[in-house]
Amino acid sequence: MAVSAVDFGAAAAKRKAEQPAQAPARRREPRRMLGAQALVEALKAEGVEYIFGHPGGAVLHLYDALYDSGLKTVLCRHEQGAAHMADGYARATGRPGVCLATSGPGATNLVTGLATAFMDSIPVVAITGNVPRALIGRDAFQEADITGITLPVTKHNFLVRSARELPRVIRAAFHIATTGRPGPVLVDIPKDVGVEELDFDYPETVDLPGYKPTYKGHIRQIMAAAKAIAEARRPLLYVGGGAIASGAHEEVRAIAEKCDLPVAMTLMGLGAFPGNHPQSLGMLGMHGTAYANYAIQNCDVLIAVGARFDDRVTGALDTFAPRVEQIIHIDIDPAEIGKNVIAHVPIVGDCRTVLSALIEKVPEKKHPEWWAQIDEWRREYPLQYRPGDTEVKPQAVCEAIYEVTGGEAIVATDVGQHQMWAAQYYKVHGPRQFVTSGGLGTMGFGLPAGIGAKLARPDKEVFVVSGDGSFQMNIQELATAAEHNVAVKVAVLNNGYLGMVRQWQEFFYQRRYSDSRMWSPDFVTIAQGYGIKAMRVTEPGDVRAALEEARAHDGPVVIDFQVAREENCFPMVPAGGSNSDMLGPKGWIE
Amino acid sequence: MFGGAFGATDGKAREHTISVLVENRPGVLSRVAGMFSRRGFNIDSIVVGAAEEPGFSRMTIVLVGDERELEQVQKQLHKLIEVIKVSELDPAEMVERELALIKVAADRTNRAEIVQIVDIFRASIVDVSPHTVIVEVTGDVKKVEAMVDLLRPFGIKEIVRTGRVGVLRGPKSSGVHGDRRRGLQAVGG
Ligand SMILES: Cc1ncc(C[n+]2csc(CCOP(=O)(O)OP(=O)(O)O)c2C)c(N)n1
Ligand SMILES: [Mg+2]
Repeated sequence: MAVSAVDFGAAAAKRKAEQPAQAPARRREPRRMLGAQALVEALKAEGVEYIFGHPGGAVLHLYDALYDSGLKTVLCRHEQGAAHMADGYARATGRPGVCLATSGPGATNLVTGLATAFMDSIPVVAITGNVPRALIGRDAFQEADITGITLPVTKHNFLVRSARELPRVIRAAFHIATTGRPGPVLVDIPKDVGVEELDFDYPETVDLPGYKPTYKGHIRQIMAAAKAIAEARRPLLYVGGGAIASGAHEEVRAIAEKCDLPVAMTLMGLGAFPGNHPQSLGMLGMHGTAYANYAIQNCDVLIAVGARFDDRVTGALDTFAPRVEQIIHIDIDPAEIGKNVIAHVPIVGDCRTVLSALIEKVPEKKHPEWWAQIDEWRREYPLQYRPGDTEVKPQAVCEAIYEVTGGEAIVATDVGQHQMWAAQYYKVHGPRQFVTSGGLGTMGFGLPAGIGAKLARPDKEVFVVSGDGSFQMNIQELATAAEHNVAVKVAVLNNGYLGMVRQWQEFFYQRRYSDSRMWSPDFVTIAQGYGIKAMRVTEPGDVRAALEEARAHDGPVVIDFQVAREENCFPMVPAGGSNSDMLGPKGWIE
Repeated sequence: MFGGAFGATDGKAREHTISVLVENRPGVLSRVAGMFSRRGFNIDSIVVGAAEEPGFSRMTIVLVGDERELEQVQKQLHKLIEVIKVSELDPAEMVERELALIKVAADRTNRAEIVQIVDIFRASIVDVSPHTVIVEVTGDVKKVEAMVDLLRPFGIKEIVRTGRVGVLRGPKSSGVHGDRRRGLQAVGG
């Protein structure tokens, strides 16, 4: 494969370096070609490996150019699957994922996937066909104003008005998607642009006068942060997805170890710090560990790294971190700073760059008293569930996946109780290994995202932790996995319910289970129908053996774990409540 | 101390005028307007026109909010790729103007009286018909409103207002060039 897109800067520099010294930069001869071919050439120049898509009338020219292009296309069974696969590919690697859909319904089917990527700041480039230029605005067959529709769920989007614009637009799309705070970018290409001729010359630079992300933090702010950390008595590092996006995991670890900081992670931040590290408090927030939430509520200096004080993390804002004296907020997006809470030390910059500078400025420290307090919380309120003698406990399945894979596998999840259990009990060791829809909470994300992740990282084991509800929202992608023999191991935690909905109804609606009990087909038969190996597990003693059998199989596997039906996910901070008030398996945690 | 969730005002909401320099591309107005509606900010007035250099437009946006809201608006505007520069125009340091065309019922009996009012305001009459006159008035909002109030008794048939545009007094500028030298580097993302 050609150069990877994230390395574009480096690749461009290398290309320059390869030119003979002193010689004036030689101009490449532009090549005459069609728009569709130009798109292919541009994607190659960006180092694209896979295109996840589904064809249709408006993209026939594009698919024709892809046919013998050498780029690998993956035919998804639904465009939402394509968007999630591109997203999973991006989360697992940091490189942009690419998806492709036809006009109208193909394009609108991408929307949930784009919104998912947007909420979690994932670099995805979506390409859609549209009706020919002359028909735009006339309600032509399969016309949709997809740039209008996706305006609020993309970082930016483009409607290509002539083939000449294509190289510049594709270059800009990849640049915008992958730099600053990453995010999805959509490029809409009217059908006739695909057969319009142009002189292709791929630009090395972009001309975006209004776009200049800040990477380096302000030194005065960094000094202020160092001082606050040096003076802290009860510091806490609060790490979000931005730390993973910027590749700051080593710096997070270095500063945590140097300053003896406890580390709590958001759902999106899991893996930015090793879950098995003695300083890890695991996840914080609504379903976070009690000790992480107590640490938040009692810290005096809170260091937020690439996190955005989401309501699922803070609970009621006026009760959040009541003892805090200094909030240090590091984020590449200036608009995140001061959006939900006011930081005392705001630092706009790339998490990794800022942390590397900060590490130099902070003294080594120990916090024995603070740790004694935290360890007491850990002893008193551990993450726990009652093991089942006869029933398979969903938590036990997540724990077993952790044990058999040693925390080294990529785990992609769906949304619901199983997602929270996976976050709690799969103590992911490294970055880009926990693939989950955090911001949008999109059921149906897990399977396609897992497929994208596995294609991106064939060297890694990939588990999908799904629920009986979520699995059925993109179950058609089993065909995609089967066709390409993508070895994802799908663990369906089948509780016969939309479990998270049922849990809320149990607590807040007097157990009136309105449409949360759910009939499902036989997932083993379904998987086998797709030609996929499948197992059913009903006994707690069979969990590990099934996981091992799945791991040993060279290809996709579906395991239908028939788990305890009315298990609840604890701890739980009721929505809008305070992080100090958590429900546990035995009622309110005192 | 945190001031609660964003959107809660600190009680000091006032009117702000911001000047936004943008690349003149299709859709840029809907991006700006869409950002306001999506995030629940209200626009009192928005005016778009060509800027001093080809390829760029300037928007003058008037909104009501507290300092924190204003800061979020500015930051969110900056995130739009086609936005080059956002600056708040300090009311004490800016010249602000609006133009209004007011169609007033008028006949021989009262036309002279209308002309008198128009003269006092240094406004002008740009069209006369047997039963109407059209008054053109330019000035700050107060002046335009005072004019409207005085004409109301005659019977106003139609009012068209441009919305407000503003620019800083003196040599300071939020121009296309000013901005490449400074400011820009500190924002974005
Ligand atoms: C697309 C979508 N629709 C609805 C919801 C609301 N929702 C959140 S969790 C959940 C239930 C998920 O059920 P299941 O996948 O079986 O997981 P469980 O909670 O039982 O583990 C629902 C319906 C959602 N998050 N996403
Ligand atoms: Mg379920």
